[in-house]
This record gives sequence, structure tokens and C-alpha cells, in this order.
Amino acid sequence: MKRWIWMGPLALLAILMALVMAACGEGEEAPTQTPQVTATPTQSSQASASPTPVVRGPKDVILATTTSVQDTGLLDVLASEFKKDTGYNVKAIAVGTGQALAMGERGDADVMLVHAPSSEKVLIENGAAIDRRLVAHNYFLLLGPAADPAGAKTANSAIAAMKAIYDKGATFISRGDDSGTHKKELSLWKEAGVDPKGKAWYEEAGQGMAATLQIANQEDAYILCDKASYLSQKKNIELIVIFEADPAFLNVYSVMLVNPEKFDMVNAEGAKAFADFLVSEKAQQIIGEFGVDKYGEQLFIPDADKTYEDLGVE
Amino acid sequence: MDLIWDGIKEAFRIIGSGDYSVWEIAVRSILVSGSATMISLFLGILVGSAIAFNQFPGRNLAFSLVNTGMGLPPVVVGLIVAIMLWRSGPLGEFRLIYTPSAMVVAQTVIAAPIVTGFTAAALRNLHPKLRSQLYGLGASRLQMLWLVLWEAKLPLLAAVMAGFGGAISEIGASQMVGGNLAGDTRVMTTAIVLEVSRGEFAPAIALSIILLVLIFIVNLILTTVQQQERQS
Repeated sequence: MKRWIWMGPLALLAILMALVMAACGEGEEAPTQTPQVTATPTQSSQASASPTPVVRGPKDVILATTTSVQDTGLLDVLASEFKKDTGYNVKAIAVGTGQALAMGERGDADVMLVHAPSSEKVLIENGAAIDRRLVAHNYFLLLGPAADPAGAKTANSAIAAMKAIYDKGATFISRGDDSGTHKKELSLWKEAGVDPKGKAWYEEAGQGMAATLQIANQEDAYILCDKASYLSQKKNIELIVIFEADPAFLNVYSVMLVNPEKFDMVNAEGAKAFADFLVSEKAQQIIGEFGVDKYGEQLFIPDADKTYEDLGVE
Repeated sequence: MDLIWDGIKEAFRIIGSGDYSVWEIAVRSILVSGSATMISLFLGILVGSAIAFNQFPGRNLAFSLVNTGMGLPPVVVGLIVAIMLWRSGPLGEFRLIYTPSAMVVAQTVIAAPIVTGFTAAALRNLHPKLRSQLYGLGASRLQMLWLVLWEAKLPLLAAVMAGFGGAISEIGASQMVGGNLAGDTRVMTTAIVLEVSRGEFAPAIALSIILLVLIFIVNLILTTVQQQERQS
């Protein structure tokens, strides 16, 4: 008789499994009590606590975006506000800009929030993306060891600082992952007229900003980093700001819709709603205030009221 | 070292404060990996018994393939499942990508060879005359299968524990097909990676400790059942 006791737990597990598959198949079940914003205890103060009614149907918007926006926590706040206002559930897939743009080109995303202007234009030109709009900007920083072996601190421009690092052969850690930061770094080397690829002192990490920062930190190396990531990682690293506040370090974030005429599974209304939300007054205010109380300065400067020419970007 | 101490303190703080979001992630991890393990068990019994009980040309090759499957890199599985499930892929219209179901699929592909390999080995090691004896006593095919599985329940439980361990500790595939979305597809392992990438090491260590405790509890339950059966 004892063996039949097994039937109970087995049946229970089978039912549990079926429930999980049925519930999750829709992909929109959100625990209504959860602070939708965050999964970590340290950020629960930012979370919204009001439950949102679960809406079934095409209410998912797949956003392909960059790790720099995700890791600072800004995206969580924006997505939760957007959900409260419109009911759309933003699925923010944070990968490098290269992968985000590739997702857009395959139609695997509905909307993209990235920071690589020249690559973005390629997508607009080949029709994969439409409706590119300016969202915000911040600046990159050149970080490095306090000892500053390359003397980059005293250079008279960002490009000169990069050249100084190249000339000295000081260890430099590159993102090496086709991200917006990586693309900016490559363009800086190009403007300096040098190519560090293959040099012994030039290391390509192939990882996100925080991981690459740790490598640079452990190796006392120079690295290009965005301001938001630097501020949030400052407590974990001993690198200092070597160079900043140079127009060459401008880091511009734009939003683009994946062309619904090219890919029929794109959630065109949801994507447009999210893009409209990002440039709306409410979101721009959230962006402008983000991080100020925690870090004492803005992490992102809202730009929806300006044009690309105003910022000096193509 | 104080990083680890901070992590331990943070772990107690999380458990003590009953932070719902961490609880929700933990439950999702158990459900997703548990489902994947259960499906793998079903597949494992099907395929494992087929290979173990029947003599056919290429039987050794079949065993080798299953054992090779145990060493499948999870990130490779994740990539292939993701390519299949992307909207641009062959199974795109099911819209499974970035849902917990996609993670169950990926974790099943990872756990199934493990469970199948253990099951096949366990069934192969049963007394060869057992099945003919059961048939001789008048058992139907289904009854024979059930009784044989009952005989092999100890290694079968080991197979379940191994499969579950493989599924719940997995990151690469879960990240790729799930997207680590808060409140939707975030599980313990992907949450830990996120905290590390945010530079929040204390929460990362805290989550790691909680995950280890969870895995330990599940295995404790399974092992207790396994050992009790031995005594009965």
C-alpha cells in the first residue's frame, strides 16, 4: 500500500507543472503585489507598490536596450511608470548596443533605446527602424589609476589624452563587445589617428560596463566609462577620473521604433506608446531627477526638447 | 572578507524582512527548474527504459549520445533554443521568448540528458531476469514499467537530484531565453548576475546564500525520502 503514497506527490507535481505552463504561457502574469520595479532589496525604496491589473492580449512591448541604462536602475523606474499609465508591460532586454540593434534588424524587438548614433542611422537608412528621437545624454569619462603613468590628466583634450595612453603603452581595457561605449572608444582612437588593436597593453574584455570596470580596477588600467555607471560603481573601484567634460565624450541616447511594415509581429502601438512616453514631460522629468539624491548630480540629462544639431551630433 | 560578511548579514536581513520580491524570485526558480526536472524525468523514463530494455544495433552509441548530452554547455543550449524561439525564428509565432515557459524548455533540454543517462544506467543495472519474472506473473507492459521503476527508485531519485541541480544552477540559457525581466522571468541565478553587474556585491552574496540554502533544502527532502525507502 505504501507505494501508492507516491501517487499523491506525483499528481501534485504534475498539476503544479500544468499550472505553471498555463499561467506562464501568456507571458504576462505579473504578481500584483510585487514592487514591479526591482528584484533586489537595496532598491526597493524606488519601487511602486500599487498593484496593476494584469491585461491579457498584445500588451507586451519588447525593448532592446543597453546595459548602461539597465544597470543604473533608470529603466526599472521608467518601465514601471509606463505600465501604470498605459498598462503595457515593457520587456527590457538589456544587451550591448550591437546586439540591441541586431535584434531590431531581425524584428525580434518592438522598440530600441541605444546610444550609438552612427549605427542607429544605418538602421534608419535600410528601413529596419523608423522614427528616431533624442531622449537624453550624458558624458563618458576617462578613468585611470591615480598614478596616471601616461600623463593623460594634463593633456589638453580627450583625444590628446587617448593619444598619450597609446604613446605610453599604458594598460587600457576596452569593452570589446560592440556596445555604444565600445563604438565611442573606437571612434576616439580613430580621431587620435592611432589603432591600438593587437597591442599587448590593449585588452578587450567583451563584457558589460561593471564587469569591465572591475577588470580595469584590478589591473590599475585606463578605461572609458559612462558617467552613470561610474557614479554607481564608484564605491567599488579605486580608479579616478582622468579626463572629462570634453565634447568628444558626448554620449547620446535615442529611441527608435522597429519598422512594423517590415516585421508583422511587431507591437507597433505599444512601441510608439513607449517612445512617446520617453519623450513626454513626465518621463523627461524622471530622467532628469534620476540619481540626484543618491549621487548628488544628474546621471542623464533629458533632451527631448532639443534636436540632434543642438548637441552637435549627426 | 568583509564583502562576504556583509553578504551574510544582508542574507539574514532579507529573510528577516520577508522581502517579497526576493521570495517571488526564489519561488519562480523552484517552479521553473522543478517543472523542467519533472518533464526531464518523464522523458528520461521514456527514453531511458527504451534504451535499457531493448537490444538493438547502435545501443552503445545511444548510451554514448545520452552521456555526451550530460556535458552539453548550457549556454550553447540557450543560444540554440533562443534562435528557435525568437520572433525571427521557426517557432517565433508561439511568442514564447522572454517567458518562463521558454526557460522551462531550455532547462529541460539541459536536464533531460542528465536524468536520461542516470535512469538508463539505473534500469540497465537491474537484474536481467526481473522483467521476465514480472511478465511471467502476469504483469501488463505498463505494470511492468511501474514496478521496475519502483525497484530502481533510489537511483531514480539521484537522477532527479542531479537534473534539478543542473537546471537550477544554470545561468546562460535562462538569461538568453528569459531576458532576466523583473517580476516575469528573473530567477535566483540571473538575479545574482544582475547584482554583480550592478556592483552590488553584498546583495549578490546574500542571494547566493539563499539559493544554496534552497538547493540544500530540496535535496535534503529528496535524500530523506530516498534513505527512508531504503530502510522500509
